[in-house]
Amino acid sequence: MIRDFSIVFENVDRLLIGLMNTLVLSTSGLLLSLLIGIVFAAALMADNRFVVRLTRALVDTMRCIPFLLLAYLVYYALPSLGLNFNNWTSGLLAIVVYNAGYMAEILRGVWAQLPRESIDAGSAFGFYGWNLYLRIILPQVVLAAIPMIGNQSIQVIKDTAFLMIIAVPELTHAASSIQSKYYVPFAAFISAVALYWAMCSVIEAGVRRVERIAQVRR
Amino acid sequence: MTDAADGDGDGPATLRVLGLTKTFGDNIVLDGVSLSVNKGKTVCLLGPSGSGKSTLLRCVNWLERPDQGAIFLGPTRVGFRNAGSRIPMTARELAQVRARMGMVFQHFNLWPHLTVLENIIEAPMHVLRRPRDKAVHTAETLLKRVGLIEKRNDFPSRLSGGQKQRVGIARALAMEPEVLLFDEPTSALDPETVGEVIAVMRTLSTEGRTMLVVTHEMQFARETADEIVFIDRGRIVEKSAPQLFFACPHTERARQFLQRYSVR
Repeated sequence: MIRDFSIVFENVDRLLIGLMNTLVLSTSGLLLSLLIGIVFAAALMADNRFVVRLTRALVDTMRCIPFLLLAYLVYYALPSLGLNFNNWTSGLLAIVVYNAGYMAEILRGVWAQLPRESIDAGSAFGFYGWNLYLRIILPQVVLAAIPMIGNQSIQVIKDTAFLMIIAVPELTHAASSIQSKYYVPFAAFISAVALYWAMCSVIEAGVRRVERIAQVRR
Repeated sequence: MTDAADGDGDGPATLRVLGLTKTFGDNIVLDGVSLSVNKGKTVCLLGPSGSGKSTLLRCVNWLERPDQGAIFLGPTRVGFRNAGSRIPMTARELAQVRARMGMVFQHFNLWPHLTVLENIIEAPMHVLRRPRDKAVHTAETLLKRVGLIEKRNDFPSRLSGGQKQRVGIARALAMEPEVLLFDEPTSALDPETVGEVIAVMRTLSTEGRTMLVVTHEMQFARETADEIVFIDRGRIVEKSAPQLFFACPHTERARQFLQRYSVR
């Protein structure tokens, strides 16, 4: 068993490249889905009924497709419509589409719970539209949503593991290829698990820290 | 417009409310309310709770849409494009009118994600598009006036109620509004901090700000107001000078109302 781990250790560079890819994919996926979520949340809370319904349908669809199927769709099915993405872009696209819906729903939920008073004050002082949203509403929504956004981040990191099926060279893919080459399944997968755990711990520590900063701003 | 043009010789009306009616479902909250606040004057709205005073104030800057009636800020019809028309203002036009009125809320309604200073410069910078250094300068002057300059970098969650309300007043003043609207500014405060807020409002009144104040502070109303408007069940019951109103109210309802307060 110790020999197995030393084999994994000799291939640690592959594992670390996988880790890097997972980190880059998750971070960029998260930021992009948060940005789209911010726009969608505004559309979900819009006065225009048509906009609300359209966005609602879109968000629900995004949240209802199993992630694995979404990755297959983007990578294998879109080319038949003439849309060709490489496996990396496909993976990122799948993450963003899948999580933007969740982010929108998180932000909308928090927004709906926000006390009316400070938004009223925004209107009373002449804020409206995007100016009101981005300067008065959104900062408060994001501050209140930090734990949920942190939770979703952990979800995203774990979801990137699915992307090995479309050959994105992320952490699980790296562990799997070490495993199949040297046949050290336990050591390879446990090492990957440890790295996933480490990433999640960092996020949780970050959330706790940001929460402390957020506390005074509520 | 000359002063005489407005009748009383009190200066032109900054704010005029004409026949305002507002219902929530079957409940008639305001029933044909008319009043005006002349430039530099303080008008206090008194009345039992639930009489429609706060709704009236919220209708003035269109936070609530009245069912009927008209509101004029100077020559501008609030909520509609022009005096006669039924074409509603766009969000942008409405925002521009609202920015000309400074509102002070019962529950302060400060923006919790911004520091005291940021709360005060937020609207001047991002609504009125003032340059930052100018906005900061004004904010600091105002903070000194309300005695909170040392709190400039604190967040609202760290302030007492009285301090929050003084920031609320400074925030409203920073807009250089044509009229200040106070919605029960001391009702949510501990008794010991009411005085500090009242003191600020008193100086604002004496320096000639135009103010419409919903309040339960009878002493403030008596000593500061130029006119008392007494509302009950959505209607104006009495409108008179404070000396007259407090000494000999002509209606039974106002008498009963005052009795309840003078017992204290």
